[in-house]
Amino acid sequence: MAGKSNVTERLVNGIIKENPTFVLTLGMCPTLAVTTSAMNGLGMGLTTAAVLALSNMIISLMRNIIPNKVRIPAFIVIIASFVTVVELLLKAYLPSLNDALGVYIPLIVVNCIILGRAESYAYFNSPIPSLFDGVGMGLGFSIALTLIGGFRELLGVGEVFGYRVMPESYTPIGIFVLAPGAFFVLATLTAVQNYIKISGAKKGKDTSKIGSGCSEDCMNCGEKGCGKRFYDTTEATVELDKKDVKEEN
Amino acid sequence: METVKDLLIILISSSLVSNVVLSQFLGLCPFLGVSKKTNTAVGMGVAVIFVITLASAVAGVMYKFLLVPLGIEYLQTICFILVIAALVQFVEMFLRKALPALYEALGVYLPLITTNCAVLGVALTNVQKEYGILAGVVNGFATSAGFTISIIILAGIREKIQYNDVPESFKGMPIVLVTAGLMAIAFCGFSGLL
Repeated sequence: MAGKSNVTERLVNGIIKENPTFVLTLGMCPTLAVTTSAMNGLGMGLTTAAVLALSNMIISLMRNIIPNKVRIPAFIVIIASFVTVVELLLKAYLPSLNDALGVYIPLIVVNCIILGRAESYAYFNSPIPSLFDGVGMGLGFSIALTLIGGFRELLGVGEVFGYRVMPESYTPIGIFVLAPGAFFVLATLTAVQNYIKISGAKKGKDTSKIGSGCSEDCMNCGEKGCGKRFYDTTEATVELDKKDVKEEN
Repeated sequence: METVKDLLIILISSSLVSNVVLSQFLGLCPFLGVSKKTNTAVGMGVAVIFVITLASAVAGVMYKFLLVPLGIEYLQTICFILVIAALVQFVEMFLRKALPALYEALGVYLPLITTNCAVLGVALTNVQKEYGILAGVVNGFATSAGFTISIIILAGIREKIQYNDVPESFKGMPIVLVTAGLMAIAFCGFSGLL
C-alpha cells in the first residue's frame, strides 16, 4: 500500500517532473483565459486542484465498479458533480472570485488535465496515491497559473497580487493583460520548452515526456488526456488489456 | 421576445467583437490543431457551426422546459455536457446513415468536437446571459461562425509560414501562437464596432 515515499513521489511528480502546464502542456484554454492577474491564476489553479484531487480519489475508489466501456461518461459525471459543488461553494463564499472567473469555472469539466489524470493514473491505482497525484498535479497547475498570471500582471499593470512592484516611471504594456498578450506569453513559454527539448536531445537526454505545446496536430496526436481519446478505440483496447492483466494479477 | 435588432447585435458581437477563440480562448485545441491546411480548416469550421448551433438549441430547450420547471438549474453543467456528448454521437450516427456524403466530409471532425470547450461554453454563456432559445441559437451560430472565420484565416497564414525561415525554438506551436496573438490584436479593432 501507499507508503510515505510514494505520496511524496506523486507530489513531486505533479509539481516538477510532469508539471501539467510547463512540461505536459495540458489545459491551455483556462491557462490563457484566466491568467490576467496572479490572484485570478491562483484562484483558478486551486479550484481546479480541489476538483482534480477529489475526482481522482473517487474515480480510484470506483475503478473496480466502473465498466471499461462506459468509463468516460462515468468520469465526466463524477468530475461534473465536483465542479458543480465547487462552483456553488465559490458563489456562496468567494463571489468576487466567481465573477472574475465566470464561465471558466464550469468549464473545468472539459479541462483535459482532469480527464487525463483519471484516464492515465486514477483508473489504475489505489485511492491514496491517486488523491496525492491529484493534489500534486493541482499544485503544479496552480503554481504555473500564478507564475503566468503574475508575469502578465507585472508587465501589463506593473503590479503583482495588486501590490505595486514596478517604479512609478514604468509605463505598463497594457496588451499583456489583454487577449493577445496571453498568446504571446504562451508562445514564449512553448519556445523555451522547445529550446530545452532541442538542447536536451542534443545531449542525448530523454525528452519524450515534454509536451509539444498541446495539440501540435489534434488528428495525429498521441498525447494523453486529449479529446481524441474519447473515441479512439485502439487506445481503449490497449487499456482494456492492461486492466484485464491487472485484474488477473 | 427578442427584437431583430437585439439578434443582430448578438450576431456581430459574438462572431467578431468577442471572438470565441481570439478573445475568449475557447476551442483552442482544434483551432491550433486542425489549422494546418485551409480545406481541413473549412471542414472543421462547418462541423463546428453545425454542432454548436444544434447543441445550443437542444441545451436551450432542455434548460427552459426541464431544468427550470424542476428547479434544478444548478445541475446545468452535468446535464449540458452529457447532452452534448450524446448529441455528437447521435449526429455522427445519423449522418453516417442518412447523408453519407456529408459524413465523409465532416465525420472525422465530429469526435474532436465533443470535448471542444466552445460547445459547452456557448451553452453555459446562453444561460448566464439569460438568452431565450432563439437568441441562444443565434448566439451559438454567431460564435461558431466566428470560430470558422478565425480558423480559416489562421490556416491561410500557416500555409504561407511554411516557407519562412523561423528560428528553431519557435518552429511548430510557438510561431502559430504568435500568429494567433497578432490576429487577436487585429480582432481588437472590432471592439469599436458596437
